[in-house]
Amino acid sequence: MYEIMGKKELAKDIKFMAVKAPHITYNAKAGNFIVIIVDEKGERIPLTIYDWDQEKGIVYIVFMEVGTSTKKLGQLNKGDYLYAIAGPFGNSFHIEKYGNVVIIGGGVGTPAIFPIARELKKAGNKVISIVGFRTKELLILKNEMETVSDNVLIATNDGTFGKKGLVTDILQDLINKGEKIDLVIAIGPVVMMKAVSDLTKKYNLKTIVSLNAMMIDATGMCGVCRVSVGGETKFSCVDGPDFDGHLVDFDELMIRLSAYKDKEEESLHYCRLNKKIKDELK
Amino acid sequence: MTQDNIPKVKRQRIKMQEQDVNERIKNFLEVPLGYTEEEAVKEAERCLQCKDPKCISGCPVNINIKEFIFKISKKDFEGAIDTIKNDNSLPAVCGRVCPQEEQCEAACVMQKTKNPINIGGLERFAADNEAKNFEIKIPVIEKKLDKNGNPIKIAIIGSGPAGLTCAGDLAKKGYETVIYEALHIPGGVLVYGIPEFRLPKIIVNREVEYLKKLGVRFELNCVIGKTFTIDDLFKMEYKAIFIGVGAGTPVFLGIPGENLKGVYSANEFLTRVNAMKAFLFPEYDTPVKLGEKVAIIGAGNVAMDAARWARRLKGIKEVHIIYRRSESEMPARIEEIKRAKEEGIIFNLLTNPVEIIGNQHGWVKAIKCIKMELGEPDSSGRRRPIPIKGSEFIIEVDTVIPALGTKANKLLTSDVKNLKLNKWGYIEVDENCATSIPGVFAGGDITTGSATVIAAMGAARRAANAIDQYIKDKEI
Ligand SMILES: Cc1cc2nc3c(=O)[nH]c(=O)nc-3n(C[C@H](O)[C@H](O)[C@H](O)COP(=O)(O)OP(=O)(O)OC[C@H]3O[C@@H](n4cnc5c(N)ncnc54)[C@H](O)[C@@H]3O)c2cc1C
Ligand SMILES: Cc1cc2nc3c(=O)[nH]c(=O)nc-3n(C[C@H](O)[C@H](O)[C@H](O)COP(=O)(O)OP(=O)(O)OC[C@H]3O[C@@H](n4cnc5c(N)ncnc54)[C@H](O)[C@@H]3O)c2cc1C
Ligand code: SF4
Ligand code: SF4
Ligand code: FES
Repeated sequence: MYEIMGKKELAKDIKFMAVKAPHITYNAKAGNFIVIIVDEKGERIPLTIYDWDQEKGIVYIVFMEVGTSTKKLGQLNKGDYLYAIAGPFGNSFHIEKYGNVVIIGGGVGTPAIFPIARELKKAGNKVISIVGFRTKELLILKNEMETVSDNVLIATNDGTFGKKGLVTDILQDLINKGEKIDLVIAIGPVVMMKAVSDLTKKYNLKTIVSLNAMMIDATGMCGVCRVSVGGETKFSCVDGPDFDGHLVDFDELMIRLSAYKDKEEESLHYCRLNKKIKDELK
Repeated sequence: MTQDNIPKVKRQRIKMQEQDVNERIKNFLEVPLGYTEEEAVKEAERCLQCKDPKCISGCPVNINIKEFIFKISKKDFEGAIDTIKNDNSLPAVCGRVCPQEEQCEAACVMQKTKNPINIGGLERFAADNEAKNFEIKIPVIEKKLDKNGNPIKIAIIGSGPAGLTCAGDLAKKGYETVIYEALHIPGGVLVYGIPEFRLPKIIVNREVEYLKKLGVRFELNCVIGKTFTIDDLFKMEYKAIFIGVGAGTPVFLGIPGENLKGVYSANEFLTRVNAMKAFLFPEYDTPVKLGEKVAIIGAGNVAMDAARWARRLKGIKEVHIIYRRSESEMPARIEEIKRAKEEGIIFNLLTNPVEIIGNQHGWVKAIKCIKMELGEPDSSGRRRPIPIKGSEFIIEVDTVIPALGTKANKLLTSDVKNLKLNKWGYIEVDENCATSIPGVFAGGDITTGSATVIAAMGAARRAANAIDQYIKDKEI
């Protein structure tokens, strides 16, 4: 059992949590993720390690409530316990001096780019961060990103903050302005990573994406996380999660991610029903 | 006529009661029900108590079968289980899942009359009877200390049958043993692979609880190679390490359509259903989506397990086995094939899948197969299946589960410098289970490839003895 040491709502349905898990912090690196199980009956879900404190043995996560597990997680509070946390999983991001790096986060992809931006900056890169959100209310981690970037550029779909449009619009502006770019990193919804990769392919800019395939064990045992990269099947938990964006079959990934949509509704309905019964009993 | 009047060699094997087919496909409970006391005694009385008991050499851990059966025949059930436990620490498991027909029972002299003693059934009886009727004995253990008077720590990686056995043996020898397990539950394939209806999880839990009483500590959710490395473990003052991480990573078919939704590796399917309890969805959060018609590719034990699990799940109308050779080459245990057939599983033999076909939403809708015929024997001695030109046909299914075996998982091994692997990626060990790194031992599927529970246990026991010797030699 792993104690929740703190919790904060960052935006609607987006929460930050600190969890005591010294075994995770021992070898954690930027780009790693963990698998958590909220309670004994829970499923295993992957979440990026947003940050960690090795001395205190605490990992920090930021998550969006989208389905049963993330909603259950969101209901827990400081002092509550998580049933299981395993990791750190995945290959950590390869940190070296690339030169000028543009790092793009979409929505809850932003917590995933934070530690990578920080390490890249430490390694002497110029880091330009582009973050995109649907609307101003969902904007998160602005100040945090500023501390680890040379420049933070923000887009909102509806124009309520920063540039109106998509992260790719900002990237296109940078390219048009003749900004020298040695590496592009994109983490966020699949559509966004696909759009970024399509754009950078035109300009032959090396692009790394971090795939959020469905996962169970995250140790290479089940194969649910398989993705097609350059025509080969890879397991994103052990071969990734980072891959060359120009080689990933994003369409297949999108289709695979939709597998349990209806089951998710059934599960949520069950949760609500249960909660209602419990509430009525009170 | 009572049995006593019939000469022993002519007495028929006492049949173990089973759940009726129509009932069992609607539940997840064990199929064979186990012997009653009376049945067990009767079956034990059939044993000829051979001067040269061949059965013992048929058992990979050489249980004194003759003696434990004799004790059962004399109703000394406590004595029987003690005898078994001298050589096997997981009798309730092995009595159920050992391929006895290839091991102890194949070697029994009564095999000549096609009527061998039901050694597995008796072993199971002795173990279940102990759990039911006796307080499980916890031996008094004298702690082994190093020169400075501190406990000597040994790390075990993986909590499958290999890890559990090695940990138990070392704990009994007085070592401070800690098991690191990647998953949130201990037991390895015993919990996430072998189905509830063949091996109730409560039995595995019993063994785990016993180990805890022996002082073994379980560190769950720790993936060695990620959470800690082997080097980290040595830094944490472990004096020796046993690796029992299993075989692990699934093999896919390599045909078009394999990444469609509705294609699961047997590992994924069994993990969802067994370990994550998808059969109790939505009470449990993990779903499994199967549709109405399921095709399992392959005809080994894993394939039978997947097929029989699918048969028991809500909404399933048809379950197919698709196998490219004929019945006599099927690698699964005959008993399991028989049960699968009884349960209505459809066998498509001499049939090889060539493509999985999807619908407009990316879900499986059918599997295209080709008919095969058997040619000359290949390197495995089995006749090679050859496709018959133009014989392609379609089976309509919504789920495809390849159960084609596993290959070495590199997660741990690729992380360790100087660890010698064989050409398949499994860890190379000597007869004492020692690897190329001093102080690091390995056993079970990660050294042999997919094998059996009892083989993993046998190796783990040799490893435990070798570790004990290694510590003594080093005078730690
Ligand atoms: C390596 C990795 C790192 C991740 N890091 C984070 C993170 O830091 N913060 C965060 O909020 N989320 C992260 N995710 C996504 C997160 O795992 C999913 O949101 C979560 O599993 C959803 O579980 P659920 O039960 O709440 O919803 P589900 O019931 O599983 O799904 C709800 C909806 O989300 C979709 N969905 C399911 N799985 C995923 C997925 N993996 N990615 C995107 N959509 C999905 C489903 O199709 C469904 O429509 C990460 C995923 C991966 C693979
Ligand atoms: C579906 C199925 C049915 C079977 N039926 C039978 C049967 O009827 N009879 C029989 O004799 N055999 C059967 N087998 C085979 C038998 O289960 C295996 O041979 C046996 O379990 C091997 O034991 P093991 O301890 O080597 O590995 P496993 O049982 O695979 O256990 C390995 C453990 O190590 C953990 N692990 C892996 N990597 C790491 C890591 N890096 N760090 C920490 N922990 C890790 C795993 O999570 C797992 O818990 C079956 C196998 C399957 C899959
Ligand atoms: S352990 Fe297996 S092989 Fe040995 S006697 Fe028992 S059932 Fe037979
Ligand atoms: S070989 Fe068969 S009959 Fe002889 S002692 Fe062993 S079990 Fe009994
Ligand atoms: S999550 Fe199971 S193999 Fe990647």
